[in-house]
Amino acid sequence: MTEKVLVLVGTKKGAFILESDGARRDWKLSGPFCQTWPINHFVAHAETGTLYAGGGDAWFGPAVWKSTDLGRTWTHSSNGLAYEEGAEPIASVWSLAARNGSLYAGVQPAGLFRSDDGETWSHLDGLQKHPTRPHWQPGGAGLILHSLVIDPDDEQKIWIGISSAGVFATEDGGKTWEPRNRGTRADFMPEGQNYPEFGQCVHNLVMAPGGDDRLYQQNHCGMYRSDDGGRKWESIENGLPSSFGFPAASHPTDPDTLFLLPLNGDTAGRYVPDAKAAVWRTRDAGASWTDLREGLPQENAYFGVLRQAMATDRMKTAGVYFGTGGGELYASNDEGETWQAIESHLPAILSVETLTIHD
Amino acid sequence: MTDAPNVVVRLPAILTDLFPGSQRRVEMQAGSVDEMMDRLDALWPGMRDRLCDTRPALRKHINVFIDGERARLDTKLAPGDEVFVLTAISGG
Repeated sequence: MTEKVLVLVGTKKGAFILESDGARRDWKLSGPFCQTWPINHFVAHAETGTLYAGGGDAWFGPAVWKSTDLGRTWTHSSNGLAYEEGAEPIASVWSLAARNGSLYAGVQPAGLFRSDDGETWSHLDGLQKHPTRPHWQPGGAGLILHSLVIDPDDEQKIWIGISSAGVFATEDGGKTWEPRNRGTRADFMPEGQNYPEFGQCVHNLVMAPGGDDRLYQQNHCGMYRSDDGGRKWESIENGLPSSFGFPAASHPTDPDTLFLLPLNGDTAGRYVPDAKAAVWRTRDAGASWTDLREGLPQENAYFGVLRQAMATDRMKTAGVYFGTGGGELYASNDEGETWQAIESHLPAILSVETLTIHD
Repeated sequence: MTDAPNVVVRLPAILTDLFPGSQRRVEMQAGSVDEMMDRLDALWPGMRDRLCDTRPALRKHINVFIDGERARLDTKLAPGDEVFVLTAISGG
């Protein structure tokens, strides 16, 4: 059996693919794809290998790009990816999730769409009708639906993260939604109003493997775990150097393992702490944390990593990958123990995902 | 559409690159810029979405010029008009 790992990189100026064998030591770059459009999220359907890249171009608006031959040829479409006439138009696709026969897209302004083929889209309009929506406040990047989690066994169950409306969940395929933010802080609210029902600034939401409704989130104000599908959240930030960061990446098989990349704080430059890069890993669901630095720059590292720019692969010993705002891509083939820079001069990296192929 | 004026539409290469087989110079009948967009979309499905948003309006960084004047979606076209679709100077 041959194994191949693809790292899918969405950047400010196009999509790129890095390819390696199962050893994941030597990498070959291809791209840029998607006519150098800004690509917020570049994902693969794990079973079919179809690639989808979502973004929005300053001239030509939002679209989802599709490749069925691992990036050699591409098509694009935004058919149906639209709000009604008169409403604020969709500026960009922010997040994609492929599950079974469906592809889901989160967009700005926040909304959720579904497609059977990645070409024609239907609006799941429950979020537009949510009674709390008039009170949602956009974060720094706008009112974006950036995190999109589909239950592996039940496609009717979807969790989304919107900055800065918080986490919402549906159990009827997107018709109705409820806020699920209990236990997460909103430090930016007035004193005494720091635990609202909604309005938290979730930065990234991921599901642990195992099918037990375990979720992790990196928030503007802390890191959290939920063991009941987000109905209540528990802080897991003790032992971390900061309560602030953007990405979170779950392990492919171990629900107790999570990777974070804390930054130094929302008003301190949003760099890695002390200008020394580290990925932080827990093996016990957030009870304790280990900093992983070998091979990462330990001086003068003034970079940040965006919310969708860290991922794991599905190899037996999981690979971990992250991309920086300065266009460097780092990889570990041993669950974060050691790192190497596998690209150093890409455009600003907006997302990192993987496709593991076993032939 | 038989009564609509004959016009010539000129498209930017960065747009036609998105639609394999599309042409930089198109002759068509269209009574307005809006109709012109529909004709383009019929020729190359999806092209209207690249040039117009759903308000509906021309996208913010797309310019349409007729005889040196910026046009809007509701601008009427006259026989012999040459319509230039241009991408604005923007980005970084």
